[in-house]
Amino acid sequence: MAKSVKVYSTSTCPWCIRVKQFLKENNIEFQNLDVSGDQLAADEMMAKTGQMGVPVLDIDGEIIIGFDKEKIKQLLGL
Amino acid sequence: MPIYDLIIIGAGPAGITASVYAARKKLDFLVISLDIGGQAAWSGDIENYTGYQFITGPELAQKFEEHMRRYDTALKEGEEVLEVKKSGEIILVKTNKADYQSRSVIIASGKKSKELGVVGEKEFKNRGLTYCATCDGPLFSAKVVAVIGGGNSALDAALQLTKIAKQVYIINNTVELGGDAIMRQKLKAATNVVILNNSKVLSVLGNKFVSSIKIKSSDQEKELAVQGVFVEIGLTPNVAFAKDVEKNQKNEIKVNLRNESNIPGIFAAGDVTDVLEKQIIIAAGEGSKAALSVFHYLSRKVF
Repeated sequence: MAKSVKVYSTSTCPWCIRVKQFLKENNIEFQNLDVSGDQLAADEMMAKTGQMGVPVLDIDGEIIIGFDKEKIKQLLGL
Repeated sequence: MPIYDLIIIGAGPAGITASVYAARKKLDFLVISLDIGGQAAWSGDIENYTGYQFITGPELAQKFEEHMRRYDTALKEGEEVLEVKKSGEIILVKTNKADYQSRSVIIASGKKSKELGVVGEKEFKNRGLTYCATCDGPLFSAKVVAVIGGGNSALDAALQLTKIAKQVYIINNTVELGGDAIMRQKLKAATNVVILNNSKVLSVLGNKFVSSIKIKSSDQEKELAVQGVFVEIGLTPNVAFAKDVEKNQKNEIKVNLRNESNIPGIFAAGDVTDVLEKQIIIAAGEGSKAALSVFHYLSRKVF
């Protein structure tokens, strides 16, 4: 079964763009949450990670801060 | 252990361009880099890279990467170089994952943001304190923030933030702001900016996230309530691994017209060097020069 993937991002951050590109290239479906416009999503991200840096990925409850390609690959079995 | 013709350290505009030239010269080479795109990937809008009248930093970095990957270049991404040392005719490159040997090296490791060096800076990094306004700025919608610095990068960050934050303090440690006149004018026209000259940050305070900064402004200490701190006090070269290579006062690697350092076989290109002017297009050009110089060096020399 496909894993649930959430991306907390802003529209301007270079690594957010890269991480979304990477997921698209690998045909991974994800939910994009723009934390700049969505205060609830921002609060959720800060509560999950205790920090404010983007991007943050939530892959079935496992949290990855930043574009950590190796860890993303590992969690998604790529 | 194989001995490469060339190892390129860094994959920003200089390193990537060097890799394209090295591939076309059929050198046996490797690119080692923590990231791809370097500072170009962090840039906002780029309007002075010939051929692109307008492109964003991430898009240009993506184009660079595609160009590099066209040649099946061996790339070690996410690997950090710890030491570069010449031993006899061979150069040893040690990373956090492996050791490599090469006949030549191009150092194109670029620059990184300077740190303030004050109490609370490390603790609150990504907890309100950041070095990238483009990335993290949008998170501070309707908040009060401080930009530390008075040069172009600080003005750029402050301008971006005037559109997002409720109020923007600029903490500048000189008599007045530097940077381009056109940016200073724009800032002065903004209604939510407070410029504090002759001021420096003493510490960053907070609980879980930043809640204030302590500053010394014209000899008076005071505390400003802010939720965001954007550090924009300039850049420093990534050269910690290249101890034997000669540098200038700014810690930039000294290179000659052929991009040679003081150590034969070790070349350098782009923002990490003392090249006049730091621009994406200049870094790219320097990368190409360095790769061609390496090619001539290797063909002259018998190993």
